[in-house]
Amino acid sequence: MQYLDKSGQAVLDAQFCQKVKEASRTNIGRCYQCLTCSLGCPVAFAVDYLPNQIIRMVQLGLKQQALTSSTIWLCASCESCVTRCPNDVDILRLMDTLKEMALRERVEGREKTIAAFHHTFLKSIKQWGRQHELSMLLQFKLKTRDFFSDIDLGIKMLLKGKLKLLPPRFRGSKETRTIFQRIDRELARGEKT
Amino acid sequence: MKYAYYPGCSLEATAREYDLSVRAVCSSLGVELAELPDWSCCGASSAHSTNRWLAHALAGRNLALAERAGLDIAVACPACYLRLKTTYKEMKDDPQQREELVNLIGMPYEARYNTRHLLDIICNDIGLESVKERLTKPLVGLKLVSYYGCYLVRPPQVVAFDDPENPQSMDMLLDALGAEVRDWSGKVDCCGGSLSLSKREIAMQLVKEISEMAREAGAEAIVTACPLCHSNLEIRQARQNRLPIFYFTELMGLAFDIPEAKSWLKKHLISPLSLLASHNL
Repeated sequence: MQYLDKSGQAVLDAQFCQKVKEASRTNIGRCYQCLTCSLGCPVAFAVDYLPNQIIRMVQLGLKQQALTSSTIWLCASCESCVTRCPNDVDILRLMDTLKEMALRERVEGREKTIAAFHHTFLKSIKQWGRQHELSMLLQFKLKTRDFFSDIDLGIKMLLKGKLKLLPPRFRGSKETRTIFQRIDRELARGEKT
Repeated sequence: MKYAYYPGCSLEATAREYDLSVRAVCSSLGVELAELPDWSCCGASSAHSTNRWLAHALAGRNLALAERAGLDIAVACPACYLRLKTTYKEMKDDPQQREELVNLIGMPYEARYNTRHLLDIICNDIGLESVKERLTKPLVGLKLVSYYGCYLVRPPQVVAFDDPENPQSMDMLLDALGAEVRDWSGKVDCCGGSLSLSKREIAMQLVKEISEMAREAGAEAIVTACPLCHSNLEIRQARQNRLPIFYFTELMGLAFDIPEAKSWLKKHLISPLSLLASHNL
């Protein structure tokens, strides 16, 4: 962990821990670094910091490091750490809160593809009310400029009838769009945390 | 026994065979599934990962629809199950948040109706005795491991119908169907389904570990209750010697000798038909 920036200035944010605690509604202070979360984490082999290290960063106020870590995006949301934590720290809600903060504060993360996936996925729900995989996958490919991977798979799934050509149509799609708009509005006014 | 059935987006597309088998098996067991009218997406991982209130509102709209219908919800997809159940629990426990939810979705909601997974309903309400009564073609000789994955059993604070570390319900169900169920240590491991499209190499590594463990346990196929695990285990398995992946309801359909059961299996990317033929099924 890095406590000073290149010019020797401290990079600690005194309010960070409190803000994260409130937004995630979990008591991060209870973590005593037993490492149970990291030992059972399925993506531990791929992350830059282990879950217990992210908790420590938040406790210390190392905001920039926590928000730019690959861990918060690679978290597979498997709920293992939440299930096993002896101190009831809801680590998944913590990871979600950090992702939400990173997006809101436009912090450039290391896992742009995953952020792009979430964005495309939600855009599709906003548009159709239910997920339309085919158009979502095409948009994801355009966004990440990855045109060739999994093409064979996509064709196979189309032939098996596992990808619908036409988007779903139902009455409630309008209501779903209204929900998205209400939330966007409240976020813009700073009412929802 | 009547439920508001929430199929979820996957069951309309990539997991069509899961939806067909769920409906057929439930009708055979006398569970009435009335599709929740006008249901919408639960938001899945992408909503809760990036916007807490969006996640609650997308799930909450469906909860409010079921409340309007006056029915508990029955879900087949564990990811939808956890999303709906999380919102239900948080809103039930906290009236202040519930009020905010009501404003967001523009519908009344009092958290009066529960959300149940179909595996829970079949094992605990219908019961294995009734399942055995329907048995016409036991799955004799078929060596299986039951794969629960994440959201059926975790976190136990929210979904609590089975043990989070060593669940048994699917094992007992498959055993009741006459299959040879192998014990193994991969039953609640994560397959990396949420990263299947955005981080292929991670999903492939996790799927490799799970399929190797299943093979070591002597299984000929993996059984799941999750459409996301099903696709991920099918598409991210190494090219050689792939294990077929079944939905638990498909195996129930086979064991009940439901005529269209074989047609569900034709939708799989890894065909289980030769395996079944080798056991005269």
